[in-house]
Amino acid sequence: MIRLSIQARQALARLTLPLLIAASFGLMLLGRADVGLIERGRVALSDALAPLFGLLSAPLDSIRGLSSDLHDVVALRAEAEALREENVRLRHWYAVALALDAENGELKADLHWIPDPAASYVTARVVADTGGVYARSVLLSVGPNHAIRRGEIALDAAGLVGRVTEIGRRSARVLLITDMNSRIPVTLQSSRARALLVGDNSAEPRLDYLPDGVRPAEGERVVTSAEANAFPAGLPVGEVHYVASSPLPEVEPFANLERLELVRIFDYGLNGIEPPEAPGRSAATLQSGAERQPGAQPGADAHAAAAGRASIGHASMGHAAEEPQPASPAAPSR
Amino acid sequence: MDRTPGIRPRPGLWQRLDAASRVGFPAVLAALGLIFLSAPLGLPGQAELQPTWVLACVFFWSLFRPNSMPPVVVFLLGLLANLLGLAPPGVPIVILLATQGLALRWRRTLTRQSFARVWLVFILIAAGAALLEWALTCLLAWRLYPAWPGLLEFLLATGIYPALSMLLIRAHRGLAAPEQA
Repeated sequence: MIRLSIQARQALARLTLPLLIAASFGLMLLGRADVGLIERGRVALSDALAPLFGLLSAPLDSIRGLSSDLHDVVALRAEAEALREENVRLRHWYAVALALDAENGELKADLHWIPDPAASYVTARVVADTGGVYARSVLLSVGPNHAIRRGEIALDAAGLVGRVTEIGRRSARVLLITDMNSRIPVTLQSSRARALLVGDNSAEPRLDYLPDGVRPAEGERVVTSAEANAFPAGLPVGEVHYVASSPLPEVEPFANLERLELVRIFDYGLNGIEPPEAPGRSAATLQSGAERQPGAQPGADAHAAAAGRASIGHASMGHAAEEPQPASPAAPSR
Repeated sequence: MDRTPGIRPRPGLWQRLDAASRVGFPAVLAALGLIFLSAPLGLPGQAELQPTWVLACVFFWSLFRPNSMPPVVVFLLGLLANLLGLAPPGVPIVILLATQGLALRWRRTLTRQSFARVWLVFILIAAGAALLEWALTCLLAWRLYPAWPGLLEFLLATGIYPALSMLLIRAHRGLAAPEQA
C-alpha cells in the first residue's frame, strides 16, 4: 500500500464524496445513452439473487398459508353457507353456458370461423416484489432453459397481470398493469367501447381515452382488446369502479396484484407494441408507443370509431365466448 | 472511542476479525435489509419502505459511525437499490450520497442533540430526498409523474424513523461497536 502524508489522505477523503456524486451523475447520463447497460446489470443481479429470493419465499408462503388456514377455520360456517348459495346460482349459469357454447359452435360452423391459434404457457413463481416508488413490477424465478420472450403476457388465476419486460437466464421481470408506464388497449364488455387502461401506481388503474359520450357502468367487465396486436382480445382485466374523488372511472383488477404468488406467462405469438421501459429510460420509444396505441387521440373521428367498434365487437365477441383459454386445463403446456 | 489509553498487547487474529465484522456490520445490515424488502412480503407501502430503509441507514450511520459507512459503501448501496428496483439509473445513488454529505457536515452538532432534533433533521432530509427523486425521475423520463408516491414515501419515512432508529441504536451499541471487540 502506498503511504501518503496525512494532508494528502485528508484531501483524498474530502474528494471521495464529490467524485462519487459526479460518478453517479455520470451513471445517469450513461443510463440515458446506453439503455441496455442498466438493464443488463439488473438482470445479472436478479439472476444472482433469484435462488436467494426462492429460499426466502418458502417460509413466507408457509406463513401466508397458515394465516389463511386460520382465517378459513374461523369463517368455515359462513363460507359453506355462501358457497352453497353460490353453487345453486352457478349451476344455473353452467346450464346457460353449455347452451350458449353449443349455439356458438353451431354459429361458428355456419360462418366458417377461423379458430384462433391456441396459446402456450409456462407457470412461474413470483419471488420478488420489485419496482420502486415510481414503478410496479414483480420478479419471476424461471428455469435456466426457459423460452420466455419480451412482451409475453402474464396472467394469474383471475386476470391480466402485466407484460414481460426484462429477461435473464433465471429470472424474468413483469411490469404490472398498475405501473405508471403501463398502457393497455381494452374493451368494455357490454358497451363494446374501446379505451386505454392507464396505470398510475395505485392499486386501481384508470380508464382513459373513452369515446365521446360513453360512460361505463359501475361493475362493467373490462377485457383486453386485440388492437395494436399487443394482446389477444377478451382476456379478463377487471371491473369498472367509480370513486368519489375522480370523474374518470377506475378498474378494479381481477388479478390479485397485491399478493401475486404464481403467474402464467402466455405466448400468443403477438408482435405488436413492445412493453414499456422502466421510468427514466427511452422516453422516445414510450412516446411513439403511446401514439400508436388505439384511441390515443381523444378527438378521433367518432363515426369511423363507431364503425370500427362494431366490426371489432363482433370479432371479439366470437372470440370471447371461446376465451376462457387461460383458465382451461386443456391449453397445451410448453 | 478509546477511553482507556495505554500500552496493550497486539490484537489477535480473532479479535481483528471480530473488529472488522463489527465495522462492516452496518453496510451488510443495510444491504440485507434492501434485499429482504424486495421479497414479496405483501406489506402495505413496501415499495416506499425500501428507499426509506436505506435512507435511514445511511443517515444514521453517517452521523454515528461514519467509519462504517464510507462514501464508497454508500455508492454501492445506492447501486444495489438501483438494480433491485426500477428507479432511473443513478437517482438513488445521488440521493444517498447527498444525504451522507449533509449528515457528515452536520454530525459535529447533530450527534450532541436530542433524538427529537435528529428526527426533525431526518424529516427535512426525507422531504428533500422525495422531492429530488420525483424531480429527477420526471426529468429523466421527460414527463410529469404525479407527486403523491413521493409524498407517501416522505410520510412513511417520517413515521417509521423512530422505530428504525431504535433498531439501529441497538445495533450501534451492540453488534456494530468495534470497541467491544
